[in-house]
Amino acid sequence: MSLEHILKVENLVMHFGGIKALNDVTFNIKRGSVSALIGPNGAGKTTVFNCLTGFYKATGGDITLSAQNKETSVIKVLGEPFQATDFLSPFAFFRRLKYKMFGGSHLVNRAGLSRTFQNIRLFKEMSVVENLLVAQHMRANRSMLAGVLNTKSYQKSEEEALDRVFYWLGVVDLVDSANRLAGELSYGQQRRLEIARAMCTNPEIICLDEPAAGLNPSETEALTKMIRVLRDEHNTTVLLIEHDMGMVMDISDYIVVLDHGEVIAKGGPEDIRSNPKVIAAYLGAEEGEEVTL
Amino acid sequence: MSATAGINYKKSVIDALVAGFMALIVFGPIVGVVLDGYSFNAEFGKVAWMVAVVVIGRFAISCFFQTEKGIAMAFRHANNDEGVAVRLPDHKSKLLWVVPLVIAIGLLVPFIASKYVLTVIILGLIYVLLGLGLNIVVGLAGLLDLGFVGFYAIGAYGLALGYENLGLGFWSMLPIAALIAAMAGAILGFPVLRMHGDYLAIVTLGFGEIIRLILTNWTSLTHGPNGISAPLPTFFGLEFKRRSRDGETFHEFFNIPYDSAYKYMFIYLVLFAVVWAVLFIKHRLVKMPIGRAWEALREDEIACRSLGLNHVLVKLSAFMIGASTAGLAGVFFATYQGFVNPSSFTFFESALILAIVVLGGMGSTLGVVIAAFCLTVLPELLREFAEYRVLMFGILMVVMMIWKPRGIVRVTRTGFAARKGVVK
Repeated sequence: MSLEHILKVENLVMHFGGIKALNDVTFNIKRGSVSALIGPNGAGKTTVFNCLTGFYKATGGDITLSAQNKETSVIKVLGEPFQATDFLSPFAFFRRLKYKMFGGSHLVNRAGLSRTFQNIRLFKEMSVVENLLVAQHMRANRSMLAGVLNTKSYQKSEEEALDRVFYWLGVVDLVDSANRLAGELSYGQQRRLEIARAMCTNPEIICLDEPAAGLNPSETEALTKMIRVLRDEHNTTVLLIEHDMGMVMDISDYIVVLDHGEVIAKGGPEDIRSNPKVIAAYLGAEEGEEVTL
Repeated sequence: MSATAGINYKKSVIDALVAGFMALIVFGPIVGVVLDGYSFNAEFGKVAWMVAVVVIGRFAISCFFQTEKGIAMAFRHANNDEGVAVRLPDHKSKLLWVVPLVIAIGLLVPFIASKYVLTVIILGLIYVLLGLGLNIVVGLAGLLDLGFVGFYAIGAYGLALGYENLGLGFWSMLPIAALIAAMAGAILGFPVLRMHGDYLAIVTLGFGEIIRLILTNWTSLTHGPNGISAPLPTFFGLEFKRRSRDGETFHEFFNIPYDSAYKYMFIYLVLFAVVWAVLFIKHRLVKMPIGRAWEALREDEIACRSLGLNHVLVKLSAFMIGASTAGLAGVFFATYQGFVNPSSFTFFESALILAIVVLGGMGSTLGVVIAAFCLTVLPELLREFAEYRVLMFGILMVVMMIWKPRGIVRVTRTGFAARKGVVK
């Protein structure tokens, strides 16, 4: 278990048939930091996210999540194919079988990593409060008997869940819309609700996929403040994909730049701003040509 | 503008003629050609009547919708918001007094109604159970299940086979059949629930047919198409037969004359209690984490996975609870008929149950109860139209999809009062 780095990505490779979406991507995310993953369109940012959160099964490499006092290998919990050595050791065999049958991206979330989506994925025909209650599923009292009989412990757990819901609605400024359908909210409100929903799963690291896309400048500023609240008051590490460079440079402690499925630069905002490779990737340059801003 | 000044009669006549032509196409072959041995008789009179009714009706409707009143009505209906609504936090239903009233009437029914009416109501209640079970699978969890009748068959045959081979009666088989149906749901569900939408529908359709074919062809166990008899329920060990081989019968014990209606009264009362229990459990389930997870899964499976919900287990729980409800319904069906054979469990039954759920409104309990009664009791009342049952069924579906595509009863969601939030 690494205390310094919450997330370690080593030699991540992702191929879709013949297309090499990611080639040997390596980076580490420090605990308690706000990090950004940037790059031109089609660089593979969302692919990295989908690999980290378990929605794609990486072709090769390692992703290690050090959260909740244990190390989780994201690739292992998705269920790997059987190997010859498994048949010699029953223990390894059953563990692999367990992950093959019951494994999946939900285990990544339970290990302490939650995410939002580039195209908002809310439960549109459920109310705002219910969206946040669903996110607390793993913390709720899920006993069928207790629920049907409405026991004391069940009521207590539901009350706590509602307390948490209204706390997070307060953080994202949606208390007034608590009893509206999620699908009726405006675009900016839906984005904020999605962040609140991801936070309701009690993650240690939250991955935001283009949180500022489609927001106006004042909304973007509010979002920046909110991300700082997540980091400072809830000790949550934030990893985000973003195209709004002003925002990225403003809040990030650490930036990883991807291009054509490879990491071309990583470092603090100042280093990235003056990195010739990054400028070339964004503005386009001939091979070997030096570009300066 | 006067009420009739704006009517465009030419348009109305065209509308009426088009509708008449459609009616001719639909009714012509069905009503106009009556088979008589190897030949057929053409009955043009009947067709002409039907087409005339359609033409005149369409003309009248067309004219009406051009008057001011008609335009206002069309406008009102066009703006009718049929979507889901969230109730206010302090919402109290004004119809709550209906529940004790329905219970009181329901308890009186067996003592008032004739034996025939009672059997029809029992059938209606069995379909209410089936509708509630499928409503969990289709309405809440969003899994299209076309083989639901398979679980119904498992429940019914569970009672008959359990009695024949193991000597188990109605009361022991009632919970066991529910468990067996749930296990069957789990066995079917685990491998296929990774699929969704059309693929799942096809697999479940196949499952329903497999069950029926097994029941037909495994003659050594199920007696094939000949069917098997199922036992009646007992009242604390007292049987509802005219005379019993072992022990006393119900009428002998209470010293009353024998009446075959007693068994239906008893089945009705037990079924009535079970339906209310299932209604209560369903009412609780939708407010519980598991119910919320089902609905969330219907809305967006990928988002559910990103929130730590194991989508396969959540779907499986919906599938199993739905199947166990169908198993209960099957036990009642078998004991009510006293006999089961595979022809009661065809695909048409699955389609009927699905129609109940769609007509009632996906996820709406009250709607499903109303729809179940409509679709089982109405055909009994309209015995004269028995030949046109499927036609009526189709017309009803088309009309519903146009006017109330989201079912009879609007789906509402619970509201929550705002409070000061804390996080621990």
